[in-house]
Order: sequence, then structure tokens, then C-alpha cells
Amino acid sequence: MDLASRVLDGDRRAVARLMSKAENEAPGVKKILAELHNHIGNAHIIGITGPPGSGKSTLVDKLTLEYRKQGKTVGIIAVDPTSPFTGGALLGDRIRMNEIALDKEVFIRSMGTRGHLGGLAKKTGDLVKILDAFGKDIILVETVGAGQSEVEIVGTAYSTVIVEVPGLGDDIQAIKAGILEIGDIFVVNKSDLDGADETARELDAMLDMNSNNLDWRPPILQTRAKDGNGISQVADALNDHMVHMKETGILYKLVRARTKDELEEIISENIRSYIDGTHGEEELEELVDRIMDGELDPYNAAEIFLKPFTG
Amino acid sequence: MEKKIRVLIAKPGLDGHDRGAKVVARALRDAGMEVIYMGLHQTPERIVEAAIQEDVDVIGLSLLSGAHMTLFPDVIELLEENDADDIIVLGGGIIPDKDVEGLKEKGVRMVFGPGTPTDEIVEYIEQNVKVAR
Ligand SMILES: Nc1nc2c(ncn2[C@@H]2O[C@H](COP(=O)(O)OP(=O)(O)O)[C@@H](O)[C@H]2O)c(=O)[nH]1
Ligand SMILES: [Mg+2]
Repeated sequence: MDLASRVLDGDRRAVARLMSKAENEAPGVKKILAELHNHIGNAHIIGITGPPGSGKSTLVDKLTLEYRKQGKTVGIIAVDPTSPFTGGALLGDRIRMNEIALDKEVFIRSMGTRGHLGGLAKKTGDLVKILDAFGKDIILVETVGAGQSEVEIVGTAYSTVIVEVPGLGDDIQAIKAGILEIGDIFVVNKSDLDGADETARELDAMLDMNSNNLDWRPPILQTRAKDGNGISQVADALNDHMVHMKETGILYKLVRARTKDELEEIISENIRSYIDGTHGEEELEELVDRIMDGELDPYNAAEIFLKPFTG
Repeated sequence: MEKKIRVLIAKPGLDGHDRGAKVVARALRDAGMEVIYMGLHQTPERIVEAAIQEDVDVIGLSLLSGAHMTLFPDVIELLEENDADDIIVLGGGIIPDKDVEGLKEKGVRMVFGPGTPTDEIVEYIEQNVKVAR
């Protein structure tokens, strides 16, 4: 059986292998992803972002337990930074995911960013697709958690959860500026520590000022992820958000816009590889010669080159 | 893109510190590998499940507790059951010389004693993963 059929058949090893191929941009992987295309679009894709140590992995662990109680299957992608100097990465999110590690309906995969910026790896989107085709009801994506530039998750998830901790004090303005617009749900984790109410109030006040979000007011929830407190409320809020997205048609628009982005990207990748390929290279050299001979200008040469695409 | 070597590092058993395992994990990372670090108190079932999901080339198990004669073979047996015995299993920690041969017979590819220079481990993995692929 080929890899795509094995993935659709529920083979965990095939899923893991295909993920590696996607990450490594192995030859032939696009064809396999194409075969999976008709089987995606059923999962609720959820991004979990926030500073390092705020409890993202712990929250993922406990949310997964909650979803499993509801009978839903879960896929998890946890992204950690790759060292820019050595290319290596220490992927440690599994340490916090012990309770769910043996559940056959849960699939956890760790990823290094491999030089990609924005909080995700370049191929995180492909791994999400694979989990979606694999049939997971819920897909949780934990981002790197390095800072304010981590907005890429909003381009992948349907719902984004921002995890904060108490005691940010005066820093809160600066920290929140970039994330207010991307959060669909705010979680103040470690509510056992001092200042959780205050942090929640400050967030609330800032959301009041942020008029971008008129149709969905992000809830602010307090959790003690380590002990599983407040987790079912987070799952409920996520469910509400998904229902809202569906009912208002926002989800359809979102998926359509992403599909367009993706198509554009694939097209430009293909054109790039046409240019870099042997045929393209030969024709390019020929056109350069004609420009050098004064026979052509670069503008018309480009049009000649693009004839196969422009018809 | 060049295929990165992926290694799972875990510490099965009950003993409560993982300094050695962490040192090795960092050394492998510094050598450009992706290291999935699972930490303490791991069971063979969890280790094998994680190794499959993470599609690793190598599992490195560190052990001090003396239960190595059952834990290592359990991992290997589970890998076989899951058709995943192409994954290289390495051992580290304090393992008596007399047991090393027995472990190798059961399928543990190499055992690194305490104080093995990390370079040696890095080199072993790089060479053997290349062969396995
Ligand atoms: N006090 C307290 N600590 C927590 C809570 N949730 C998680 N932690 C701890 O915070 C630390 C970081 O958690 P982790 O999930 O790895 O955070 P991440 O880096 O955001 O993924 C760990 O030591 C957790 O045990 C909580 O609700 N209260
Ligand atoms: Mg984490």
C-alpha cells in the first residue's frame, strides 16, 4: 500500500514517515499530500502561543485529556527553536505530555523551526494537514514561545489561544501590543500565583480598547494547568469560537483565503523550479546571449521566457 | 533539504536524576541533531510509542537503576512488535561489563559507560545512521 493510503488507513508509522518526508521536502511528497487533499478540512485546528514557561505544553496535555473525555481524537504538533549555529534542536515538550503519551487516539510530534521565523516551522502547515487527513478531530499546535513576532500561528489555526501568567505588571502594555489582535481566547495560567486577577483585569481593559474584534469578544479565562483546573472552560470557549466561526461564515472565508495563499505559493514555487531546472536554465542562457548581442531587451526577453505560462 | 538525524533520549526506571542524559542530549543538539527529550521515569511502552510518532533514527536510554536487563530488552521487543526495529537502540549509564555482552545479544547496538566523551557518541551515531539509511 502506498504512503497516502496507509495514512488514511490509520497507520501511525506511515503518518510519522510522511511527516519526516514533508519536513525534509523529500521528492514526491507533494504528490502524496495532493492525494490526501480530499480528506482534510474536518479538524478544529487550535494554536497555543505565549511566552516560554507560561505552561503551554502543560495546557496542551490537560486539554487533550479533556477532549479525550469528550470522545474526540487529538493530534499535537509542538514546535521548539532550532539553534541557528549548529542546526540542532532540543525538543522537550513531551516532558509535560506524559498523561496522554500512551493513548492510541493521540498523536504527538515535535518539530524544530529549522531556521524559520514566526513561531512555527516552515512545514508545520503540512504536518497539520497530515494529522487532519489522519482523522484527528482536534489539532493542537504549540508555538515556539519566543516573543512578540509569533503571529504566524494565526495563518494556520482556526482558533488561537494566548497563554499568559500573572505578574506582568508594567510590562503588560508592551507585551500585549502585538498579541491582542491575534488572540481568540486568553488564558491566565498559574492562577495559583499572586496577581492572576489583576492580570486578567488588565487584559480585559486592553481588549475593551481594541475595537478590531467586534463580532467575537475573546474571553479571558484563568487556569491552573498543572492541576487541571479551569481546563474544561477553555475547551468550552474553543468550541464556542468554532461554532461562531461556522455560523457567521468566517471560517469559510478564512479557509478560502488560505487556500488562495497556498495556491499562489505553490505556483511561485513551481515557476521557481522551472527557472532553476535544466530547460529553464538553457532558455535563460539563450535569452541572455540575445540581450548581449543587442537583439533583445530584458523586458521582452522575460515575456518570451514566460510564454508557456501566459499563453 | 538534508535529512536531519533525530534521536530520542529517555531515562526509564525509577532513579531520580538525569544529569548524564541531559549532557548527552545537549551534545547531540550541538552536533546538529534534533533531540526529543523525554526526561525521567519513562516506561518501555511510552518510549517506543514516542519513537514511532517522532520517526527517530536512534533511541538513547540512560540507566542507573540496575533494571537494565529487563528494560532494554522490553524496548527492543516492543520495537519488533511494532515493525520498528530499524531504530538503533543505544545504552548509557552504569552497566556492569558482564551484562554488556548480553544486552548486545538482545539487540542493544552499543553501550556507553559513564565518562564516555560525548564526541565518541556523536561520531558513533553519525556513522551508524548513515549506514542504516
Ligand atoms: N504554579 C504553576 N505552575 C505551572 C502551572 N502550569 C504549568 N506550570 C509549570 O510551569 C512550568 C513550565 O510549563 P510548560 O508547560 O513546560 O511551559 P511552556 O514552556 O509554555 O510549554 C512547568 O514547571 C510546569 O509544571 C500552574 O498552573 N501553576
Ligand atoms: Mg512547551
